[in-house]
Amino acid sequence: MADKKDDKNSGINVTELLELLTKFQNLELHDFQLEAKNLELRIDGGVASIPGLKLPSTIPTKPTTLIQQTFNLPIEKYSSSIVEVKLGATKCEGGTRGKVITIGGEKTPAFYTFESPVIHKPVVTLDVFDMEVPLSKAVKMHVKEVMGDPAAWAKMAVEKFGADMVTIHLISIDPLLKDAPAKSTLKTIENVMQAVDVPLVIGGCGDPEKDTMLFEEVSQAFPNERFLLSSFTRDMNIENIAKSAKKNNHAVLAFTPMDLNMARELNRKLYDYLGKEDIVMDLSTAALGYGLDYAFTNMERARLSGLLGDGELAHPMSSGTTNAWAAREAWLKMDDRWEPRELRGPLWEVTTALTLLLSGVDMFMMIHPAAVKTLKDVIHNLSSGKKADPSKYLDWVSAKI
Amino acid sequence: MSQKTAKKELSPIDIYKLLPKTNCKECNQENCMAFATKVVARETSIDLCKPLQKPEHTKNSNLLHEMLKPPVKEVTIGIGDKACKVGGKLVMYRHEFTYFNPTAIAIDVTDEMTEAEIVSRVKSAETFSYEYIGNTLKLDLIAVRSTSCDADKFKNCVKKVSEITVMPLILCALNATVLEAGLMMIPKARPLLYAATLTNWKEMAELSIMYNCPLVASAPNDLNGLVSLAKTLQAYGVQDLILDPGTFFGDDLADTLNNFTMLRRAATKAGDELTGFPLLGLPLAIWSNKGDLADDLVRWREAYVAGMLITRFTDIVILHSTEGWVQLPNVILRQNIYTDPRKPVAVAAGLKEFGTPDENSPIFFTSNFALTYYTVAADLESSKINAYLLIVDAEGSAIDSGVAGRKLTAEKVADAIKATGIENKVKHRKIIIPGKASRISGEIEELSGWKVLVGPRDSSEIAKYLIDKWQQ
Repeated sequence: MADKKDDKNSGINVTELLELLTKFQNLELHDFQLEAKNLELRIDGGVASIPGLKLPSTIPTKPTTLIQQTFNLPIEKYSSSIVEVKLGATKCEGGTRGKVITIGGEKTPAFYTFESPVIHKPVVTLDVFDMEVPLSKAVKMHVKEVMGDPAAWAKMAVEKFGADMVTIHLISIDPLLKDAPAKSTLKTIENVMQAVDVPLVIGGCGDPEKDTMLFEEVSQAFPNERFLLSSFTRDMNIENIAKSAKKNNHAVLAFTPMDLNMARELNRKLYDYLGKEDIVMDLSTAALGYGLDYAFTNMERARLSGLLGDGELAHPMSSGTTNAWAAREAWLKMDDRWEPRELRGPLWEVTTALTLLLSGVDMFMMIHPAAVKTLKDVIHNLSSGKKADPSKYLDWVSAKI
Repeated sequence: MSQKTAKKELSPIDIYKLLPKTNCKECNQENCMAFATKVVARETSIDLCKPLQKPEHTKNSNLLHEMLKPPVKEVTIGIGDKACKVGGKLVMYRHEFTYFNPTAIAIDVTDEMTEAEIVSRVKSAETFSYEYIGNTLKLDLIAVRSTSCDADKFKNCVKKVSEITVMPLILCALNATVLEAGLMMIPKARPLLYAATLTNWKEMAELSIMYNCPLVASAPNDLNGLVSLAKTLQAYGVQDLILDPGTFFGDDLADTLNNFTMLRRAATKAGDELTGFPLLGLPLAIWSNKGDLADDLVRWREAYVAGMLITRFTDIVILHSTEGWVQLPNVILRQNIYTDPRKPVAVAAGLKEFGTPDENSPIFFTSNFALTYYTVAADLESSKINAYLLIVDAEGSAIDSGVAGRKLTAEKVADAIKATGIENKVKHRKIIIPGKASRISGEIEELSGWKVLVGPRDSSEIAKYLIDKWQQ
């Protein structure tokens, strides 16, 4: 019987021939020699068959018209939704804010709008510092005139750069910087509240003891304003400040270093004093190129777990996206090929932000106005509900750019 | 029907049961069970099992290949060692396993560009290179578009491009005659063909089969149309498909992400074979509808849309912008997303020399976490100092988290000092430790007997630190 060995040197391979036959309906045999041993070729109704050789039971006929098929979307069921957290309080609610914001509430992974429309759009809170800080050139050029004047900086963030919220980083209390008393920040906060009417994030300096004092002071001095106190960490003595936050109606940001077990543990601690609706999580943001993959996957897992019933992770997420500037590629003067850094830097922040947007982040702490503008545009575009018009799409092939 | 239940997760036992169980070691593993474990982890290929290829094991071999087949088919573009593999995805989310075959990035040229422009764009793509944590990041493909819709012009352009590059090509023309004119110039090179649509699919299928090329099926924002095309093309005999559900940028951006997400879910979660093909994203389509946007703004949008596509399941993207500031964030994002999340990113522990250190040169230590190590190494290199760097096994964690999690301990530092024999290379007994490891400075002094100097918190300040603090 014909097999591969027999026709090895004959110029044609039987297997190939069979494949060929299954593909073409009209077989033309001319200028064509077949020299396989013991091979009988019968042309029968356009389809060749070779006796003794095993053919596929049915030789597929090539379709002449499109075979209509419906796309079947597999449905996933999520048992839970993400907690809603309200930030800011209006006059009727005992506060002074003109606008309030709710984050969270998702029923599906980020922007799976084929399953559920966007419930609350993710928001951007812009960084404002209470003293002069070293900033990358690309950032500094936009804010240098307001550095050192937090109220003016906040006003610019909201009115010029479109921030939904403002984070006032009270770093002057840092023992390694000015070591200013916690009480001294109240005036700064007051000034910022006069300048803008959006909800505020109150940012500490990172020193656990100093921040404990700060949150205690701020909670009591501004009752019912519904600030987000940023942030509560595992190494803080949280009992008093958590009680104080609850009593004075503030929300808290629970920060953990990229470990979901630690995040659960901290949340459990906080549940002793606070309601679920008072807690936002910060699972740590690493810059593009410097661990963003860990941050992305950590957040994506947290969000999926939260939707699938892990209540300890079903909180809205905040990201310190300004960390993108820790990547040297964001600020460094590089070879001409990679310039200008004035574009590369903010694009670094945008790419970090958008990657995390798709993992489920609800709130972005950011600094560069161009990055903020882009993120807000994308959020708008993803939430619009507008259907794409495909009619001119294929024009890209021949478009003269 | 194309739907079937999703493949359950494989265990080594599932594989082992079907192996010949000869323990022959021809696969370079200790025994068949060890081999099965590696196969499940995708660290070796089932094809390395020689006994399995014997005729009596054909049935099991077929079963094994079917079990191991990824829900998203792996498709090869080009031939030889420059060939580009795309797809081959096993999972929807990277934490479920890992992503294989990083998103291929293509740069376009057209048949109406001047020769100088074509050469310059191809060279720019080919020479693109960025060193990042021990990897060289590169671009992958050249897309040749027919804007003239003239067969001769397209033919000449494809010929020209194929002469100046070894990168695999994507040939883009909706007219089969034009496409074939180009294809005939590189009949054995297996370029990717763009595209079969609801109107031209038959001609494109013929070309794909005749020249043995992978083929894009394109049905913008029409998933029913797209799976109809996939089914029809498969029935016609086309094996290797790439799917283009359309890339839209404006306030219809949601459709883009939704389509990519729905297709990937159908393939990975429901085992839908019609959607189990690599996905193509087209950030460059923005250029054909840019309105009066300034060019840098178009590049900016193209850059961030490419990033979103890389994050959301896209296997190939075509870009127009060759600018470094557009490409750099995306090649690094791609590297990040395609890093195996199962493994801590680590480099080998040991001693490394920078410049020409002597017996008086300073000694630094850092963690074996790749991001930390390469950052410190780059700083030492760029400051052109002569120094030793001790790489301590911190189980792939960064300095601060390593110290906090007891993965980077004084014992490990002291052991590393001994193990590397650094004491025979220097006269002094001082070690400069990262500022972020200051908490364990006392312990290190105690265990090693060396004097500890606490260095800067960021390695970019090492040069300055040495001027201020290092006297020998």
